[in-house]
Amino acid sequence: MLLAALLLMVGVGGSFAHDDEKHEHTALGEQCVEDEDFMRRNHMALLKHQRDETVHDGLRTKKYSLRGCLNCHAPAHPSDGSQPASIESGEHFCAGCHVYVAVKLDCFECHAELGE
Amino acid sequence: MKNRCPETNSHRDDLARRKFLAGVVGGGAVMLAPGVTLHAVARPLDAPASGGIRWGMLVEAGKCDSNCTGCVDACNTEHGLTGNDRPATDAQWIRKVDVHDPKSGKDTSLPMMCQHCAEPPCVDVCPTGASFKRADGIVLVDKHSCIGCRYCMMACPYKARSFIHEPLHDQKPWAPRGKGTVESCTFCVHRVDAGGTPACVEACDKKQKGALTFGDLNDPGSDISKKIEQLQTRHIRADLGLDPGVRYSGI
Repeated sequence: MLLAALLLMVGVGGSFAHDDEKHEHTALGEQCVEDEDFMRRNHMALLKHQRDETVHDGLRTKKYSLRGCLNCHAPAHPSDGSQPASIESGEHFCAGCHVYVAVKLDCFECHAELGE
Repeated sequence: MKNRCPETNSHRDDLARRKFLAGVVGGGAVMLAPGVTLHAVARPLDAPASGGIRWGMLVEAGKCDSNCTGCVDACNTEHGLTGNDRPATDAQWIRKVDVHDPKSGKDTSLPMMCQHCAEPPCVDVCPTGASFKRADGIVLVDKHSCIGCRYCMMACPYKARSFIHEPLHDQKPWAPRGKGTVESCTFCVHRVDAGGTPACVEACDKKQKGALTFGDLNDPGSDISKKIEQLQTRHIRADLGLDPGVRYSGI
């Protein structure tokens, strides 16, 4: 199931344009921590690596941290003054793609869904 | 009675660095802003927790007031432990315990929380490795691997752990918590990693009680080590040989 979803993501590749425009205004920064294509395929690996280092070793680097992602992509106070999107709404940056590719996203059952 | 690690190279390096940094910033605790006191200079973000440090807490029960819940309230606020008005199952990271000695009539009040044991039974029994002890002695649950079996809750002699029974919303960004996992006091690891002190200690100081002292048990120059040298302190259930990081005086 997950493999199928990953294949779908790889296959679809750069065709996530369905919501690129929608998300453009929610990212506060100019540039993501890695290239967009790389992030689409590998963000989960980066996050998993970071989470283990943070929880077990107390490394608190910000580059690949979930909070870092959210601060930029899902800020609690969007710069355009709009309401922040909840994870259930599908408007949330993460939910936008995860709903589209039908990959269950359970980070936010525990983690705060919005940045600061 | 202090817990001293063998003098390893990394420990010596840490001490040397601490002395150097203490010299740079003018020594001791640094008040950055109201409510933000650095007991030590913050570790760099990309440096792992050091095995040369053993974080610990001293509770001076003589200074603890039985009707004060400052530490408990501060913990609940810090970690967003709101509860559902069901005391039997609501999450509780720190609680107040009132002890009465019928023979002497002496009443004692003290906070009880995860004792951050050097030999934690919760870690021994965890089937997935979710319960673990960090290099600096802080005992944590990796909720990514916790399956909610609650063996650790059974194993803990201090009843320090809670299970989350219901779905949660609006968690604090620094304290991820979710249904089906076990949790307990983290010594406010997010604050400690940033060079701060736990919320309960800060709250107790704010109330001018000063019953809680947090610091490095391995550093003979730390406030906590100096106090432990002077005061008669003990571990609770020392007979179990778990070598807790939390010590009590006046009990």
